[in-house]
Amino acid sequence: MTMSLGPYASFIVASYAAAALVVAILIGWVMLDYRNQTQRLRELEQRGITRRSGRSATEPR
Amino acid sequence: MTLIDLANPTRFLALTTRVLPWLAAATVVLLTIGLYQAALAPDDYQQGATVKIMFVHVPNAWLSMFVWGVMSIASLGTLVWRHPLADVAAKAAAPIGAAFTFLALLTGSLWGRPMWGTYWEWDARLTSVLILFLMYLGLMALWRAVDDPSRAARAAAVLTLVGAINLPIIKFSVDWWNTLHQPASVMRMGGSALDKSFLIPLLVMALAFTLLFVTLHLAAMRNEILRRRVRSLQMMQASRIAFSSDMAAGSREDNASKEAGAA
Repeated sequence: MTMSLGPYASFIVASYAAAALVVAILIGWVMLDYRNQTQRLRELEQRGITRRSGRSATEPR
Repeated sequence: MTLIDLANPTRFLALTTRVLPWLAAATVVLLTIGLYQAALAPDDYQQGATVKIMFVHVPNAWLSMFVWGVMSIASLGTLVWRHPLADVAAKAAAPIGAAFTFLALLTGSLWGRPMWGTYWEWDARLTSVLILFLMYLGLMALWRAVDDPSRAARAAAVLTLVGAINLPIIKFSVDWWNTLHQPASVMRMGGSALDKSFLIPLLVMALAFTLLFVTLHLAAMRNEILRRRVRSLQMMQASRIAFSSDMAAGSREDNASKEAGAA
């Protein structure tokens, strides 16, 4: 089955492509930020800087 | 788990670790179903296939306002209830809301060119959404401009609540003014004006994008909590360094005075 998008296909495709790109950027930003923050916390803990509770800052529990 | 329990960032992190994979999976499933239904939706008798732009434009437009609504409730949480995660929620939501608003403007523009003959018109709906986008950017700039998160939180909360005035303006702009943008066709008195063949894919896509927002928001909140832990550990490190250099300077002065006394 083929989908015909008519004479304005470029506008439809551009809309979906833009949405996909922006959502991909958002997902990438969230994942990279998580990696950066956990890495910085590990580096600080390796230097002996720990939370007052003594628990790991990357440890959720 | 109650809202009070979630006030503890450590418990919140544990919750996100458990919930995020399920939310992400549900978002992917719903988006796949929504996109499939959108692809199979018939052409509109007037707009032809360009009606398919509606399935990405409308969910983003709804979310642009919904996210500001979430930020407004979080701002109340900061100013009134002083919930420890309220400003984390508000800060984490802003870039996501800005992205959805940008997509609403962009896809609306791409829909407007073939339907209205223009990409942009300074009418009430389009202009008020552009103002919303600029407010998102202003809020993000404010968060970056103030170093201390608690001071930034109060200023951002006030700005967010003031900006919430724009939400009813956006919603009712098509009724209050003569605009190029069409009036509400889904959420209106007397029920939706859309045929089921358009309405069902639209609602599925709206739900999918809402789940996407919830997933991204929880993940961004988790990142913000970790960023604040990094900040507090860095401050601890800086104060330790300052303390040890003070001690070293103090002992040098003691030694110098002892030597002077001995001499």
